[in-house]
Amino acid sequence: MSFDNAYESLLGHEDAHWAFGTGFSEALSGVNREFPPGVDREALAAYCLMLGDDALIFSQRLSEWCSRAPELEEDIALANIALDLLGQARMLLTRAGEVLDRDEDQLAYLRDEREFRNVHLAEIDCGPGPGGDFGTTIARLLVFSSWRLALFSRLRGSADPVLAAIAEKGLKELAYHRDHAAQWTVRLGDGTDESHRRMQAGLARVWPFVDELFATHPVETRLAGVAVDPASLRSEVDGVLEAVLNAAGLTRPADTRAARVAGMAGRDGVHTEAMGYLLAEMQHLHRSLPGAVW
Amino acid sequence: MSTSWPLWEVFVRGKRGLNHVHVGSLHAPDAEMALRNARDVYTRRNEGVSIWVVPATAITASSPDEKDPFFAPSGDKVYRHPTFYAIPEDVPHL
Repeated sequence: MSFDNAYESLLGHEDAHWAFGTGFSEALSGVNREFPPGVDREALAAYCLMLGDDALIFSQRLSEWCSRAPELEEDIALANIALDLLGQARMLLTRAGEVLDRDEDQLAYLRDEREFRNVHLAEIDCGPGPGGDFGTTIARLLVFSSWRLALFSRLRGSADPVLAAIAEKGLKELAYHRDHAAQWTVRLGDGTDESHRRMQAGLARVWPFVDELFATHPVETRLAGVAVDPASLRSEVDGVLEAVLNAAGLTRPADTRAARVAGMAGRDGVHTEAMGYLLAEMQHLHRSLPGAVW
Repeated sequence: MSTSWPLWEVFVRGKRGLNHVHVGSLHAPDAEMALRNARDVYTRRNEGVSIWVVPATAITASSPDEKDPFFAPSGDKVYRHPTFYAIPEDVPHL
């Protein structure tokens, strides 16, 4: 065993592998992809788009921090989280595509704004740049991951075996995302006067988008046993947020009115003005060079 | 960019490795965040099952100037290796 290369000594020589990690597994291998009998397939596709678009759009937002976070280590942490969410998006869009006869790339890159079903919280500009700062992004990550973790925890019991398997895999990822956000929320909230002020301002920025997360959509009602009713998650998520904010010495913002666009939610395909710019950047390459691959 | 975060040395134990092995260093504001940063920076490709982080300032290192008095004297003492004993074949990792 040579100690010249740390990874060599970690892994030994017995494995044939192309990178230094081994033992990778395919998350959904062996999962039955048949649709459950009697399931409303159109609603199932719409539901997969909702959960998939939440992950895809938030992933795009998080990736904007790459090279712009406070430290290199945080660049990598946020990029890792973005990649976890992108993986969830791919599995969910693929499932939707099995009903819609479109592949994941077509769904990600060739739909227009009105066809996206993500919540507004995923798309708003929380920085870097004029929309916010690192504290705002941590506030969004805390709310989003606490909510999605609770959702995926219930989704493991879905009657659709693919959704259940996606939830099982995503749960461990989301637990880490929530932990990362909570660690930073406590450090910023309980840090300096300036970090406290910014963290509190970040919470104020994202709080008007919280109510939408728990509003039951007709698609969810049509999918009893397959989908999770988000209204049932509210007290659990509120409890988690309360505990983190208390530990951080932060105040829960009073304003919880749902920020809607013309009375409509992201789940209805109606988005904030930030969405068009986000999609332009995300879809530009694929639309300019259809089918481009690395 | 802030340069005020202290430096931490990272040790990772691989899935089949027996010992924690030094893999590199990173910056973090405190030990808990150092552990999380190490997870993000050094175990992204499935390398580890356990991580240690140590403040770089807590490590006392031997100096290159002392290389000869430190290490040269053991260079000719072959009898310190257990090669003069018969090793049972069913004893692993010896």
